[in-house]
Amino acid sequence: MCLTLCVGIAVLLIAGCEVTPQTAFNPRSEYADEGLSLFMLTIYAGVAVGVLVEAILVFAAIRYRRRAGDRLPPQIHGNTLIEFIWTTIPVLIVAWILFVTLPVIFTSQAPAPQPSMLVQVIGHQFWWEFQYEDGSVITANEMHLPVGRTANLQLLSGDVIHSFWIPALGGKRDAFPGHTTNYVWMTPNSVGEFPGQCYQLCGYSHGNMRERAIIQTQAEFDAWLAAQKQPAAAPADGPATEGSQVFVQKGCIGCHAIQGVPSAQGKVGPNLTHFASRGTFAGSLFENTTADLRRWLKDPPKEKPGSVMPNLGLNDHEIDVLVAYLQSLK
Amino acid sequence: MAVVTAPVEHGGMIVAPPTIAAPAYRGLWSWFTTVDHKRIGILYGVSAGTFFVIGGIEALVIRLQLWVPNNTLVTAQTFNSLFTMHALTMIFLAIMPLSAAFFNFIIPLQIGARDVAFPRLNAFSYWAFILGGIMLNVSFLLGGAPDAGWFAYANLTSRQFSPGPGLDFYMLSLQILGVASLAAALNFFVTIVNMRAPGLSFMRMPIFCWMSLVTMVLLLLAFPSITVGLILLMFDRFFGTNFYSVPHGGDPILWQHLFWVFGHPEVYILILPGMGVVSEIIPVFSRKPLFGYAVMVYSGIAIAFLSFGVWAHHMFAVGLGPLADAVFASTTMLIAVPTGVKIFNWIGTMHRGSVSFKTPMLFAVGFIAMFIIGGVTGIMHASPPADLIQHDTYFIVAHIHYVLIGGSIMALFAGIYYWFPKMSGRMLNETLGAWNFWTFFIFFNLTFMPMHWTGLLGMPRRVYTYGPELGVTGLNQLSTIGAIGLGFSVLIFVVNLFLSLRSGDPAPDDPWDGATLEWSIPSPPPVYNFARIPMVHSRDAWWAMKHPERMHLDAIEVTPLAGGPAHATEQAHEVVATTAVSDVPPVIHMPSPSYFPLLAAVGLALMAVGLLVADTAGPSVIPIFAITGLVVLLGSIYGWSFESA
Repeated sequence: MCLTLCVGIAVLLIAGCEVTPQTAFNPRSEYADEGLSLFMLTIYAGVAVGVLVEAILVFAAIRYRRRAGDRLPPQIHGNTLIEFIWTTIPVLIVAWILFVTLPVIFTSQAPAPQPSMLVQVIGHQFWWEFQYEDGSVITANEMHLPVGRTANLQLLSGDVIHSFWIPALGGKRDAFPGHTTNYVWMTPNSVGEFPGQCYQLCGYSHGNMRERAIIQTQAEFDAWLAAQKQPAAAPADGPATEGSQVFVQKGCIGCHAIQGVPSAQGKVGPNLTHFASRGTFAGSLFENTTADLRRWLKDPPKEKPGSVMPNLGLNDHEIDVLVAYLQSLK
Repeated sequence: MAVVTAPVEHGGMIVAPPTIAAPAYRGLWSWFTTVDHKRIGILYGVSAGTFFVIGGIEALVIRLQLWVPNNTLVTAQTFNSLFTMHALTMIFLAIMPLSAAFFNFIIPLQIGARDVAFPRLNAFSYWAFILGGIMLNVSFLLGGAPDAGWFAYANLTSRQFSPGPGLDFYMLSLQILGVASLAAALNFFVTIVNMRAPGLSFMRMPIFCWMSLVTMVLLLLAFPSITVGLILLMFDRFFGTNFYSVPHGGDPILWQHLFWVFGHPEVYILILPGMGVVSEIIPVFSRKPLFGYAVMVYSGIAIAFLSFGVWAHHMFAVGLGPLADAVFASTTMLIAVPTGVKIFNWIGTMHRGSVSFKTPMLFAVGFIAMFIIGGVTGIMHASPPADLIQHDTYFIVAHIHYVLIGGSIMALFAGIYYWFPKMSGRMLNETLGAWNFWTFFIFFNLTFMPMHWTGLLGMPRRVYTYGPELGVTGLNQLSTIGAIGLGFSVLIFVVNLFLSLRSGDPAPDDPWDGATLEWSIPSPPPVYNFARIPMVHSRDAWWAMKHPERMHLDAIEVTPLAGGPAHATEQAHEVVATTAVSDVPPVIHMPSPSYFPLLAAVGLALMAVGLLVADTAGPSVIPIFAITGLVVLLGSIYGWSFESA
């Protein structure tokens, strides 16, 4: 706690009194605290050594600059004692950093403490999928977690290497295709929304592959999870109903699953069962608004280069009704 | 054959220089057939400079695209090609060949030799390099440049996820460049080991030669790893194997290991020659010998050895497990020590010296200042939990540019200003040099210092755009302005270069009161370098010959605890003023020009072309080009083996 406070103060000083959404200096879990404290240690040591050595260099450059009438300086070839000292001191400094680092490596990579909640995090080009309770809840872009409970994130990939990082929650980890043994776990300590994105080049829209962690109270989280387990609401009004038919006719079901719609079992794109409950879409690139949805549906590859979702050649009416349908999937 | 007649002597002194009986070098064609290490050095230098400008333009476009969020200057596809090619160009086509320019021109001169051990192999290295560089860049025009990063992680590089020809250009060009590097490494290794002048023991050798020797060993041991990695990639992309593809039993991690086992020694390949250059310049401009020469040699060797044990610090986010992370964290921290003490030795050289800040020294001291910063952030990445915050963000981009530009490039610029008089016979303009340095220093820091913050505010690497909410817009703009300023600084250098070549002050043999043998011969050197091979009695051989009181008394010296002038156990060494141990031969035989090295390089490149055009011309062209190219390559080697030397 005290350490977090000190770190926080130092951080604000360093980061210019600004807490921007993806800053590394806003730790909101014990895992994030731990990594940041270690980083701060290396910053302090590094800056201290750096400033000292630069000062000595500048001093030498000024003090010993050539002046008119200078004679040949003493031809010193070395000094074993001094060289021994200035080798030993760096060894001690790095040994100290290593001494503090090694335990953290092992504790942070130990298996998650029990009880913890497993969330499967699956990277795709160019969005993140989240599965809870053995796939009984499948959602995308926004990972809900309850505050104060340990979450164990299993990192997986459906295509190429991605890297999952929400700076507020702690250090990143790669998601490898074919590997199932990458986990990061942490206990979020504050409610709020914390953004992140992919940190391993994964193709053209690597920069567009974003996500959010939504940390909620236990009650809110439980309500959210329960709602997510429900099948999709049947479309209530005309446009949404027509939209649900367009959804089938235009082939959306080939890639997108909607629980409760038997023909929609596609696993290529995000599960859309509760699409309207999300604040963002398309890999958290866009806000979930009518305007953004219309633009996206018009031409996905134009909005997101390299997008696996093709341009379906939808006309404006088809887009209207699809938007109505998607917005009914609460 | 270049026949050189003896200098005319009278009473032990040379009164007329040797003459070249048959004119060896005339016209443009002579540049294609030259085997003279000095000319090859210039070829490397001019080529490296050109590629440096190309890589710089790529960087400028990158920075302009990142001026504001959601910018549309270039597409995402183009942007990915730009950062890939920027890195490949700067690493393989600018820094390495610029170092090679100095290896070529300077090493034989510093060891008192007339050329390298294998002059035609030397020329072959250059031609293979330039053809590889052209092949890589021609990809822009032939279907797309590589766009998966210079590190090209599998399985993004598989045919499935990168269907275009870009990665094929990447793979084949790097193989050709690898051949060029290996040939050069072998050549210079043998040259340094075998062709040193009499009396030039290893511990009397100029420190630049030592750092170069260590670099050659690194090249020889590191390149095979990426060669294997690229061959496996070639097989995956062309012949349906699955080395890097998981569904069939392969693993993308294999590529990462193979790449970084090469990639980490590669960064020391990039910095050690520059450190050697700076280690030459600082003593000369401080009028004192290098402080702790022996330790500088041993630390270079230690760095090379340790560099093969740290590669997985590029993989701390991969999930190799805590034991692997712990081991590589330890070795990485360890390698910081020999790297760091070099900085102290350079400062120790300046200490109590008489330091003149001509342009070479400005760049050398600037190098030390910037390398300190890059080195310090390097230590920050060495701790895995801390690195998981920095990895793949702009914080790393900051680090690499502090060590590569603030480090390697500034050191190599120092070398250019230092050795330009020797290479061209002209002095570079000092005023323009100072302007070059200060604009470079200021704009370099303006570009890359903000990136430490940009990265810690969460901006990833290799993204063509970013969100405005990240709060990094202003920082990106500072970096872009700095990059434009850097371009302006390079322009000043180019102006200096051309003006000085045309009308710079004529350079004396020894404009700086140099310590090493290249300053004992005319500027530019005659084709045979030394009329008579010198006899060496000391480290800093030329200082010793000019000023016997500056002579090192022996290779290993005893220094008193309090510092001060060195003295050793007494050994009677007399410096004989006219040391004519090797008589001037009546005829100096120089290696003959040959077109076979160029032809061999063409053959090598031809072998690759089939794979590059197979998409349009069909797979049958692959063996046609491969065999034709192989025949040309082998025929050329046969030709040059039986050519008269």
